Amino acid sequence: MLYREAGQFKTTYAADQQLFPIRQDRIGMAILLAVVFVGVPVAAATPALAGMIDFNYWFSGVLIPFLIFSLAALGLNILTGYAGQLSLGSAAFMAVGAFAAYNFELRVPGMPMLASFILAGVVAALIGIVFGLPSLRIKGFYLAVATLAAQFFVVWALTKFGWLSNYSSSGVITAQKLVVFGYAVDTPVKRYLLVLAIVSVMALAAKNMVRSSIGRAWMAVRDMDVAAEVVGIPMVKTKLLAFAISSFYCGVAGALYAFAYLGTVEPAGFELELSFRILFMIIIGGVGSILGSFLGAGFIVLLPIFMDLSAASIERSFGLALPAGLVSNLTLILFGALIVFFLVVEPLGLARLWQIAKEKLRLWPFPH
Amino acid sequence: MQFFFEVLIGGLLAGVMYSLVALGFVLIYKASGVFNFAQGAMVFFAALTTVGFISMGAPFWLAVALALLAMAALAFFTERLVLRPLVNQPQITLFMATIGLAFFIEGIAQLTWGAQVHALDLGIADEPIEWLMGNTGMNISKFDLVASGIAAALVAVLAVFFNKTRTGRALRAVADDHQAALAVGISLHRIWVIVWMVAGFVALVTGLLWGARNGVQFALTFLALKALPVLILGGFESIAGAIVGGLIVGASEKLAEVYIGPHVGGGIESWFPYALALAFLLIRPEGLFGERRIDRV
Amino acid sequence: MTAGRKIGRPILEIDGVSLAFGGVVALQGVSFDVREHEIRAIIGPNGAGKSSMLNVINGVYHPQQGTVAFKGRRRRNVDPHEAAQQGIARTFQNIALFRGMTVLDNIMTGRNLKMKSNFLQQAVYWGAAKREELEHRAKVEAVIDFLEIQHIRKTPVGRLPYGLQKRVELARALAAEPELLLLDEPMAGMNLEEKQDMSRFVLDVNDQMGTSIVLIEHDMSVVMDLSDRVVVLDYGRKIADGTPDEVRNNRGVIDAYLGVAH
Repeated sequence: MLYREAGQFKTTYAADQQLFPIRQDRIGMAILLAVVFVGVPVAAATPALAGMIDFNYWFSGVLIPFLIFSLAALGLNILTGYAGQLSLGSAAFMAVGAFAAYNFELRVPGMPMLASFILAGVVAALIGIVFGLPSLRIKGFYLAVATLAAQFFVVWALTKFGWLSNYSSSGVITAQKLVVFGYAVDTPVKRYLLVLAIVSVMALAAKNMVRSSIGRAWMAVRDMDVAAEVVGIPMVKTKLLAFAISSFYCGVAGALYAFAYLGTVEPAGFELELSFRILFMIIIGGVGSILGSFLGAGFIVLLPIFMDLSAASIERSFGLALPAGLVSNLTLILFGALIVFFLVVEPLGLARLWQIAKEKLRLWPFPH
Repeated sequence: MQFFFEVLIGGLLAGVMYSLVALGFVLIYKASGVFNFAQGAMVFFAALTTVGFISMGAPFWLAVALALLAMAALAFFTERLVLRPLVNQPQITLFMATIGLAFFIEGIAQLTWGAQVHALDLGIADEPIEWLMGNTGMNISKFDLVASGIAAALVAVLAVFFNKTRTGRALRAVADDHQAALAVGISLHRIWVIVWMVAGFVALVTGLLWGARNGVQFALTFLALKALPVLILGGFESIAGAIVGGLIVGASEKLAEVYIGPHVGGGIESWFPYALALAFLLIRPEGLFGERRIDRV
Repeated sequence: MTAGRKIGRPILEIDGVSLAFGGVVALQGVSFDVREHEIRAIIGPNGAGKSSMLNVINGVYHPQQGTVAFKGRRRRNVDPHEAAQQGIARTFQNIALFRGMTVLDNIMTGRNLKMKSNFLQQAVYWGAAKREELEHRAKVEAVIDFLEIQHIRKTPVGRLPYGLQKRVELARALAAEPELLLLDEPMAGMNLEEKQDMSRFVLDVNDQMGTSIVLIEHDMSVVMDLSDRVVVLDYGRKIADGTPDEVRNNRGVIDAYLGVAH
């Protein structure tokens, strides 16, 4: 009853093409932004609540990784979900971003941190274009092999070429202190706000791109590449741009992963496993959906935490010790089963379920 | 020169293993059009199940038989729960589903049998062949040679199966044309189960041989990753291609490691086969033995 | 409103085009032209090379011999998107819509090659990019009105019935404001009423927008009613060329369709 667009008539195409054409969605989004940008930090600063909830854990262990993975998933979704080019190398582009940002900070005196992040994204984008070149000739899982090549090559190169990690052993780097506009970002809540701001801006940019001509070109290439060319969409430019922008997003996510989340990273931390996890995020969250990138990242970040917590509470309440590896193996099984489940039952993921829920709500309580 | 041949032969023998994994891929791809990323996980699962039963006190042959049974059950459930509901979906969807399947199988395998490395003794010594050592000075392991022999025998058995048996001919019919096979009354579902069982059998043999060499451990799942470039070289639909591709990848990566590796810091085995496969893709996208296809509009 | 059905100079000239796939010959020395404002039909039995001919015209296939000249400019091997830029649009025999997108987005892709803003401007979606988006939306809405598909604007094309999908595909081609429109069996599989609608649209496009049209169609009554001139292909060769009446009475054409008694 509340969620209904009756009476909201659009008189211009501008009104019809705005980001959230339905008024209730605009209000909902405003509330969400107010809560995450103001409400959460204020709550964390309230002594009464801070005594009950471990906010530092929630910021550093849940919210920050969730936001960073959302950004990486967004990157992969642009390439795979919108442009239809399957990639198994997202983690490699994150690694490029992390190491590039580190080197810009290390080697360029007085380099502003945000500029390093942007340049890290640009470097990742350039590498993305190089590994995207095979997509001009090959498709499908042949292309997956090209992105696997990126995955293995990048991790190898970062380990072998000492200059890239300033000659530390096995390529471990420790990110420089986060300073933005001369302001030290040194607490979990500040890091959270910084990451949130960057992710929000980039998510908005992604949404804008996918509703413009470049986004339509990507989807056209995805749905039927021969027809796309006949309509006049240049294949080379469209595909390479998808690789570049996707890698840019992954690169910035990688820089944040090193600078705002872990602090210390090594090439081996960007293994194929991580690429798969990001792929799972978009399959579960929703292929070809901005919202889905966030839902999927949230799901994949929260599931292991939930499993650990449940295991701990089972151990506590029954006073028994669960065998080592049980939880991690159960998590593997659950991930695998969920992937198959979503592909079979709801190939468009959680985002589609959310959409269906909204459509139901529009008709509620009188469905006819 | 002698060193060169030693590396070459060592590489070829490793390549036999890649060929075996690639063979499992090709079987499934031909019959169901599915690119089965879980083949590596199946190798791991099969080998781990065998050593698991052995460690429970079962004799070797019984353990192998039980592992085969487990592979058959896996094939059955995969067909029921993954392939059948996803029939007619884009190949890329099925590919992603098999990535999920791989995680699932790996989880089940480790949950059942634990994650530690198991040794496996097939009773074949991993020692240099004395005759060769004495006459040419080349260090070639007896084990590798026996393993290649077994692999060759396996390929021969499969060839007989596909060419002489009724089921084998039905499999080939399905591979050539799904619609036509359906029209003459071949049950696709049954064929899929059988072909996944055969692939499971191939995975078991691969797992036992490779596991006896390097220990039965999680790293076996990475064999699937090595098989991808093999398939690109050999083409997805050709058994001969899988074998030749495996040998090329095995030999070239060892040679590259020995001759190029030292100049760039070593460890290039991880990506060299991919670079090779990519270079090859750009020249001949359909693989060594594949057929060129024309897009129709 | 009527641009006047004044047939002008040749806009497309096909000269001695031959095309083969491996050993299979699809076209053999085919020559014909299409004039401005003309509706030109290509007919022939199955496998005569009709679709291959369209594919040559808009660059999907590259002929081994012969030339194609569009608007007086001879070209050898253009790519499909270059052909689109020059003003050639088409529809496909088997519908080639973008199934994951809405009707509106599908038609908007037809405007893509006329959109100038780059991806950075689009990411910001402010000023030029937004203005451009709205301008093109208005053009697309004109096409939507013209083809009477306002009610399905926001529907994903995969959910539409066949006849409407064909119409959306025509809309996508028209959105590009082409000078030459290639229609590959636009009425295949339609019932009588749908065929009448589609025929009306084809005539209106030709009439009101002055677009030259190349049409492949199996329904002879449609071909005879719509087209100004007809090319007949058989086994990759041109066996007749002329007005509908001339072609109808051509001995070779009758033989090709009915079979020759030897």
